[in-house]
Amino acid sequence: MTGVAVTADLDPTDAGALPRRGVWPGLRRRALFWVPVAGIVVLTVLTVAPGWVAGWFGNGDPRVCDLSSSADGPVAGHPFGFDRQGCDVYANVVHGTRASLTVGLTCTLIAFALAVLLGTLAGLRGGLADRVVSRVTDVFLGFPFLLGAIVVLNSFGERSVLSVSLALALFVWPAMARLVRSSVRSVRDAEFVQAARAMGFGTWRVVSRHVLPNAIGPVLAIATITVGQVIVAESTLTFLGLGLRSPAISWGLQLSNAQAQLQNAPHMLLFPSVFLAVTVFCLITLGDVLRDALDPRQR
Amino acid sequence: MTLDTRTTDPDVVLAVEDLHVEFVVEGRSHTAVRSASWELRRGEVLAVVGESGSGKSVSAMAVLGLLPRNARVTGHVRHGGRDLLTLAPRELRALRGAQISVVFQDPSAALDPVFTVGQQVVEVLRAHRPGMTRAEARARAVELFTLVDLPDPEARLRFYPHQLSGGQCQRVMIAMALACDPAVLIADEPTTALDVTVQQEVLDVLRALRGRVEASIVLITHDMGVVADLADRVVVMRHGEVVECAPVQELFDAPRAAYTRALLDAVPRRRPADARRAAAPAPGGTGAADRPVLLVEELVVEYRQRRGAVRAVDGVTLRVDRGEILALVGESGSGKSTIGRCALGLAPLTAGRVQVAGVQLGRDTPRAVRESRKRVGVVFQNPMASLNPRRTVADSVGEPLYVHSGLRGGALHARTGALLDSVELPGGWGGRYPHELSGGQRQRVAIARAIALDPELLIADEPTSALDVSVQATVLDLLADIQQRLGFACLFITHDLAVVGRLCDRVAVLAGGRLVEQGRLEQVLDAPADPYTRRLVAAAPVPDPREQARRRELRLAGAMA
Repeated sequence: MTGVAVTADLDPTDAGALPRRGVWPGLRRRALFWVPVAGIVVLTVLTVAPGWVAGWFGNGDPRVCDLSSSADGPVAGHPFGFDRQGCDVYANVVHGTRASLTVGLTCTLIAFALAVLLGTLAGLRGGLADRVVSRVTDVFLGFPFLLGAIVVLNSFGERSVLSVSLALALFVWPAMARLVRSSVRSVRDAEFVQAARAMGFGTWRVVSRHVLPNAIGPVLAIATITVGQVIVAESTLTFLGLGLRSPAISWGLQLSNAQAQLQNAPHMLLFPSVFLAVTVFCLITLGDVLRDALDPRQR
Repeated sequence: MTLDTRTTDPDVVLAVEDLHVEFVVEGRSHTAVRSASWELRRGEVLAVVGESGSGKSVSAMAVLGLLPRNARVTGHVRHGGRDLLTLAPRELRALRGAQISVVFQDPSAALDPVFTVGQQVVEVLRAHRPGMTRAEARARAVELFTLVDLPDPEARLRFYPHQLSGGQCQRVMIAMALACDPAVLIADEPTTALDVTVQQEVLDVLRALRGRVEASIVLITHDMGVVADLADRVVVMRHGEVVECAPVQELFDAPRAAYTRALLDAVPRRRPADARRAAAPAPGGTGAADRPVLLVEELVVEYRQRRGAVRAVDGVTLRVDRGEILALVGESGSGKSTIGRCALGLAPLTAGRVQVAGVQLGRDTPRAVRESRKRVGVVFQNPMASLNPRRTVADSVGEPLYVHSGLRGGALHARTGALLDSVELPGGWGGRYPHELSGGQRQRVAIARAIALDPELLIADEPTSALDVSVQATVLDLLADIQQRLGFACLFITHDLAVVGRLCDRVAVLAGGRLVEQGRLEQVLDAPADPYTRRLVAAAPVPDPREQARRRELRLAGAMA
């Protein structure tokens, strides 16, 4: 073999080792990572200590209301103004974070876990498991989402954050499961998965190390968007009188109350929507950044 | 162009002068073609040869204005007294297909599956010749199909692409490209996606065109055998530059550039028989007590499909002994890969017996079968696909050691480093990801992983066909070297007879799921008994223009008789 051809394969100029690039060093340098992280830290503080934050302007109790200032705009001490009952919007938005975020995250987590489990089963095994899972998701996807949730919630009777999350998760997982299934199917026959199976690795190892890490990306992206959708869905249910009930406080409740007053008191709709939008933005951006960071080809 | 004082030679139909192509990716520019110049003369076949990344395809696409938006092209491309690079998109579009046309690599992807091939040819004709009636276009289509030797052209017009073979599809593409009597036909790797015997058929058609139509042909290829078969003159490109330009015979007899020499040397050739025999550590007779490493008896593999079962392998019997390399040769669809996959437990075993490293698949317990996997290594065709993109090279190579040998921490690290070393990769590369390596380097990683557990049997499924020739040569040498050192048996699955001659001891030839011939290398390649094997051996182009011309004469004479 002559020299020219040999070096075509091994380029001597970059024979050295590259600096080790983990997930963290890559993340640390990106501004787009820190923005959503800051947002989520703020939201966590709101969830853990709403009373403290709500009290910053002197009117921290969301249930102290004065009907005489119904739907008034922002004044000193009440930066976000008042709602129809004359309650402080700022205190309500801050106190509503916990319920809204909990419903959004709980529901998405339950749906995600269910979707990954059943979707992987269907995508990997095929055959009977695939047919059963696919038909079940068909049935759920055939239901009108809200109608289904209404029926389920009515039969629950009790309305807690958990029951609302469960009812919503029941109708969120099928779409995700389908995504997991098709994603897993596309990776299942990849040569590196076949190589792993040919080397005699156990099914668990093949799935957890080779199939899922390469299949989960699109599902994670959808899951982060789902959190926002669920928070909105919860507000819709609440608007119909089926979600959380007063005296529970959630963004959904506030949004549904504010809709009727949009023209004469837009601030009632504006502030809860801004919080909702920022939350969804943070989660989606974080999801995007994490997905890129976890994929070595993007680093 | 008043400054241009060159006298334009009327015999030159296409001239590329000082062509530069740059791609701008994320603000940085990468040069793909660096001041390339060549000219195409009337009626000749000009081959543009190079390995991947040499800029051969890019320069041809630049001629047609078919490069993506982020490309910056400078220089001149002269055709019919005009500079194509200065033309407006509309003028260029009128030129494409009419004056200059292209044939792409994969014919089945280039044809629209929902229309008949006749409709597609007629569409091209009517697009460029608005005055043509339907009946005239049809008549012209029949004429074109006759030109490319499609049997029964009238009937073929009504066929859908899936009803034609790959070779016939490519002939339809050529017919379509010739529809408007172009002055230049650019064929971009026209036979690379095809089997050797089909490739032969398409090359014969292209060759015959020279007497029948006016078009000059630019043939872009990486295959020196194809060049030897078809070209009149050759342009060799490397790293975007033209390194040599010469008539074909001159190039093969006395290559001037060092790179051309290296490229020609890298084309796999038969190793002298004695050298190979000395390499084999334990030839044949090591006693009858020694069990074969792989034993396949009367194997039948059927895949169930919507409509009935497809029999991929039909009653194949073969064995691979300790320290031996058996080549399993066949064209696509012959079942060669299926046999390998079956031995790896990745394909259903419908009937027959498969015994791998002493364990019989389907009869011994799943546990024993899984145990036996430790003693089998595997290298797949596409090294990009066969390495998990999310894990580092060291993770991939170390995984079998982690799982099967229970190595951890420092011991694992040391062994992984040693393995990377044995495939001639720097040990520090363990932290890299597959996408950071070149094709040949990835295949080295795959080999390191396959030999991690010191296997008794290595199943290599087309390990070099996704690689450039020069890289292919080094990977084959490496494989031969490691095989000699570790003494494992190897089932080497390939479609390329030249590779077989370089590496293997025995050859088994498959066609249509059946074994047509099996024997020692010299016997099968030099004196093939089966007509199919004979055809296969004759169809593989060799990098020697005289030999190719002689073969074509023989073949055409045979066809006449």
